[in-house]
Amino acid sequence: MTETLAPALDPDTGRPRLSRLADDDLELLLLIRHFELKLLQLYGRGELNGTTHTCLGQEYVPVALRPLLGAADFVFSNHRGHGHYLARFGDAPGLLAEIMGREGAVCGGVGGSQHIHRDRYLSTGVQGESLPVAAGVAMHLRRTEPGALACVYIGDGTWGEGAVYEALNLAALWRLPLLIVVENNGIAQSTPTAAQMAGTVAGRAAAFGVDHHLVVSGDVNEIRTGLEPLVARVREGRPLVAEFVTHRLGPHSKGDDTRPPEVIRAAEENDWYARYAQDHPEHFHRFDGPVRALVEGVADDVAARPPSRWSPCA
Amino acid sequence: MRVAENLNAALHGLLDDDPTAYVLGEDVLDPYGGAFKITKGLSARFPDRVITTPISEGALTGVAAGLALTGNTAVAEIMFGDFATLAFDQLCNFAAKSVSMYGSRLPLRMVVRCPTGGGRGYGPTHSQSLQKHFVGMPGLALYEMSPFHDNREVFAAMVDRGEPCLFFEDKILYTRPMGQADPLFAVRRDGELAVVDPVVPELAARPDCVIVAPGGTAHRALEAMRSLLMEEEISCRLLVPSRLYPLDVEALLPYLGEVVLVAEESTAGGTWGGEVAHLVHQRVWDRLRGPVRLVCSAASVIPTAAHLEREVLITGSAIHRAVREALRD
Repeated sequence: MTETLAPALDPDTGRPRLSRLADDDLELLLLIRHFELKLLQLYGRGELNGTTHTCLGQEYVPVALRPLLGAADFVFSNHRGHGHYLARFGDAPGLLAEIMGREGAVCGGVGGSQHIHRDRYLSTGVQGESLPVAAGVAMHLRRTEPGALACVYIGDGTWGEGAVYEALNLAALWRLPLLIVVENNGIAQSTPTAAQMAGTVAGRAAAFGVDHHLVVSGDVNEIRTGLEPLVARVREGRPLVAEFVTHRLGPHSKGDDTRPPEVIRAAEENDWYARYAQDHPEHFHRFDGPVRALVEGVADDVAARPPSRWSPCA
Repeated sequence: MRVAENLNAALHGLLDDDPTAYVLGEDVLDPYGGAFKITKGLSARFPDRVITTPISEGALTGVAAGLALTGNTAVAEIMFGDFATLAFDQLCNFAAKSVSMYGSRLPLRMVVRCPTGGGRGYGPTHSQSLQKHFVGMPGLALYEMSPFHDNREVFAAMVDRGEPCLFFEDKILYTRPMGQADPLFAVRRDGELAVVDPVVPELAARPDCVIVAPGGTAHRALEAMRSLLMEEEISCRLLVPSRLYPLDVEALLPYLGEVVLVAEESTAGGTWGGEVAHLVHQRVWDRLRGPVRLVCSAASVIPTAAHLEREVLITGSAIHRAVREALRD
């Protein structure tokens, strides 16, 4: 197991200062943040159908990974996947249209928030299900496009599914270029990790002889530096479990947060958004307002579109 | 040629012709060649594309889906079809859904082979015919092996469909000959439908009863047809579709008469036959003397001991009795 070292603490706040982000990283982080906030607002107004799962607080995970993944790599996402999609394509209108069932939807409004397929990106709504599929894809890539990998995002709760272990076994056994990114936000819907997981993710990876890398930092640059050589090894057929200790800022879906206030407060204190605003106010404010306005504009545009069209028997 | 050899040849042919084809499953490598020897010789000829897997039916089905997702043709073997339950999520929620849930059609060339059925004393968890549990799943097609359908042709049809297919192989058929052995009857094909009629033209022209049966039950239907003809001068026609779901009921219609019966090995309740009956009723209710009759195995677990197993599973004599009852009403 390797661990990303935490940087020096800020003498005023007693916590690590976030390093300065590249403009495009900051913009992407903010895009995901404002997209998710907008969704909750739209749901609150009853303008969306069904449910959604926002990644508030976890936006930095796919942003940190973005330049480490190439166009030839497959990305498998899950129910909490808006950030993964936006980090891959930056396509807020297509995603919002999908969630709202409007013209221009990525998947015609059929898949909705948690079932999206575009090029080499695919998300599914059943926990753990995509891991064996990703193993098959990784097998194909190893044979036909050496150097490409399959990346699967899962959560801490996903480790309750047997499919995870069947796939881990195959990944190690067949030396598959499989990168498993675990967003361990400490809570599976309403159940704290401590109430649903014996042992650790690291221990489970170790049981299969699969490398494990623990990321406790929320600093995009630092995370990247730590992951870069490990992701390169995945490409050579050495699977990796990269576990991010992260925080789910918002509810599981909408208005269903039963966590005690101190737990939510801890998540808020770790939130990159407030931290970056404090650590780099000028940079933050240069982008925050414009990106928020951009998302507002996207929402207005998409809401005004006609419903998406799809034929069940197509 | 025996059915198992025909199936094995079909897999050889598929790997020969399609460089993206994979066969994967438990114990499929030589010299073992699969629990029922269906994959014999494949790994020796195609070592890179015949893959032995751990005992992980869910994962191996998922891997097959992943291979299909990346443009390959994947054939997965579930050692006993009973274990397809362990792959239900991959089949129902991933493979079948993926064909259409992303808004535009995503073709998947994927076949999951399921050795199926009883009669070999393997007991309650190794003898089932689980077809009925997969009927009606959008994006998943069900086929059944039959002595009247060349497996090469059936595999081509399944692969061409571009959606996941389950292929049910009644284990009893493996050692039986391809084609028709009973001189009383003649088989002809109309597209994917096999039509078996008495060789005597007058009997064939106007059958008293039409039996619809999937491939694994066909020989029991034929046994009943023989005894009905010889003992009671009742003539029957047998229809064996290759694809069970979605069923091409239009193909059956020209061959149906006033009395129709569906025979299958599934245990009673929620059966494929119920689906067939409904489709037939919708189209030709007026032409029927009575509702389509269903004959299947008892609503029971399938026992291991031979004498008990015989009591539960559908037999030729059960079909014989059902035809007589149908004609008496």
